[in-house]
Amino acid sequence: MNFDFLFNNFAELTVTGLAFGAIYALIALGYTMVYGVLQLINFAHSEVFMYGTFAALWTTMLLVGDSSVSTMKGIGVLLLALVAAMAMSATIALVLERVAYRRLVKNNSPRLIALISAIGASFVLAELMGLRDRIAGWFGLEDDLQRYVAGARINRSMPNVLDNKQLFPIGDYQVTSIDVLVIVSAIVMMVVLDQFVRRSRLGRGIRATAQDPETAALMGVNSTRAVQMTFLLGGLMAGAAAFLYMLKIETTKFDVGFTLGVKAFTAAVLGGIGNLRGALVGGLILGVAENWGSALFGSEWRDVVAFVILVVILLFRPTGILGESLGKARA
Amino acid sequence: MLLEVENLCVNYGHIEAIRDISFGVKEGSITSLIGANGAGKTTTLKTISGLRKVRQGKVVFDGKDITHLPPYERVKLGISQSPEGRGCFPGMTVRENLDMGAYVRNDRRSAAYLSDLDRVFELFPRLKERISQTAGTMSGGEQQMLAIGRALMAKPRLILLDEPSMGLAPKFIQQIFSIITEINHQGTTVLLVEQNAAQALKRSDSAHILETGAIVRSGTGRELAGDDSVRAAYLGGDV
Repeated sequence: MNFDFLFNNFAELTVTGLAFGAIYALIALGYTMVYGVLQLINFAHSEVFMYGTFAALWTTMLLVGDSSVSTMKGIGVLLLALVAAMAMSATIALVLERVAYRRLVKNNSPRLIALISAIGASFVLAELMGLRDRIAGWFGLEDDLQRYVAGARINRSMPNVLDNKQLFPIGDYQVTSIDVLVIVSAIVMMVVLDQFVRRSRLGRGIRATAQDPETAALMGVNSTRAVQMTFLLGGLMAGAAAFLYMLKIETTKFDVGFTLGVKAFTAAVLGGIGNLRGALVGGLILGVAENWGSALFGSEWRDVVAFVILVVILLFRPTGILGESLGKARA
Repeated sequence: MLLEVENLCVNYGHIEAIRDISFGVKEGSITSLIGANGAGKTTTLKTISGLRKVRQGKVVFDGKDITHLPPYERVKLGISQSPEGRGCFPGMTVRENLDMGAYVRNDRRSAAYLSDLDRVFELFPRLKERISQTAGTMSGGEQQMLAIGRALMAKPRLILLDEPSMGLAPKFIQQIFSIITEINHQGTTVLLVEQNAAQALKRSDSAHILETGAIVRSGTGRELAGDDSVRAAYLGGDV
C-alpha cells in the first residue's frame, strides 16, 4: 500500500474526488427520485446522461469549431452547451417514461418487468448513439454530418473553450476554476432541486405520490403528471452532470453511461435510495473514497474500492447512510 | 340528488366486490353506508372517488356522469375523501398535509384560504397545537382528525368519510360524530361509511345497509335504528 503517495497528494485527491463525487451525485438524483416515486430502478438513466454529454459536445463543436475563442464568448458557448445538455437529457428521460414505463406502471405490472424494460431501453439508447454514423448513412447524411457522427465508438474530445485557471492552492495542489465550477454548480443545483421538491406545489405532489399514491390521487394529484415531472427533473440534473463531466473529463463515447451510471446508482444506494440529500452525501463520499483508494492500492483498484465501501456500509446500515425515502424524509 | 350511484358493479380480479348497488345522496344531507367488514363499503367510496374501475353502472355527480373521470378531476368537481385508517402523508407535517388537501385550489395565499385553515383548527384544536409535527409521529386519533381536516381543505361539496371513528377511544368517537354533524351544518354534504352503526344511524338523514357487496336495506337513519333486524345484526340489541 502506497501511503506516501496518498499523503503527498492528499489535497489533489480530495478535491478531484469531490468534483467526481458531485457529478455522481447529480446523476444519482435521477435514480433516487424515480425510485422514490415508482419503486423502480431506471437503469436507462445512464443513457439519459450519455446523451447529455453528446449534446454538450456537439453544441460546443458547432459554435467553436477548432478556433480559439475569447473568454466572454467561451462562457456564452458553455452556457449554451449546458442548456443543450439539460434539454437533451430531459427529452430522453421523458421519452423513456412514455415509451418504456408508462403502460407498465398503469397496468400495475410487476417491478421485474419494468426492470427488464429499463435494461432493454438502455441498450437501445446506447446502440442508437453508437451506430449513429450508419443511421446517418441510411439517410445519405453521412458526409454532411461527418464531424458529428463519425467515430461513434471511440472517444470524442470536447474543444477547449475555457482556460482552466489555477485559482488558489490547498496544500500542494492548485485548485482549478473547473474544479470549483463543477463542485459549486453541482451543489447549487441540488439545493435548488431540494427546495423545489420541498416547497413548490408540484414538488409536494411528487412527495405525496411517493408516500402514498392512492391518497395523493384523492388530493387531486395527477399521478401520471407527477411521474413525468420526476423523470423531467432527473433528466435535467443528468444533463447538468453531463455538461460538468465534459468540462472535467473532456471526452465521451456511446458507452460512457455504463460505468458512470453504475457509480451514480451506487452513490444513491450508499446515501439511502429515495433520499435526495442522501444522493449528495453518497456521491461525495464515493468520489473521494475512490480517489483515496486508488492512490493507496493503485488505480486499477478504483472500482473495487467503491464497491467494497458500498458493501461495508450496507452491512451496517442497510438503508444507506441517510436512510429514509423521498416520501418519508421530511426534506 | 348531488350524487347518484346507479347499478354499480366493481370487481377485484374475478371477485365481485360490489354488485348492482344503487343509491343517492341528497344535497345537504348526511348519508351512511353501514355494514360489516368486507361488505363493500370502502370499495364503494373508492369507486366514487375514481380509485377503482367500474365494471358496470354509473356514477353521476351534480347531473354530470363522472364514471370514467380520473380521481384528480373529481376532486376539482368537489368530491373529497378522507381515506380509511392512517391516510395521512406520514413524512409531511400537519400543515403540509392540510396544504395537500387544498392541492387543487389556486388561492393558497388568500385570506379565504387562511380562514379555511382556521375553520379546520376550530373543529380540531389539537391540529393547531401540532401544526409542525410530522403526521407519522401522531396518534391514530390525531391522524384521523388530520385526514378529515385535510379533506375539508379542498372545500368540497361532498365529503366522503371512510370509518372516521375507527381506532378511536370511546370518548373521542362521540366527539368526532358531533364534528361530522357540525361540518354538515356548515353546508357540506356527507357520505359516511361506518361500522359504528349506532352513532352513524343516529346522525344520518338516510342510510343503506350493505351485505357482501349489495344493499339489503335502506331507509332514514331513525327508521333503520328502530328496526328490529337491524338492531339485532348491527347494534348489538340496544341503542
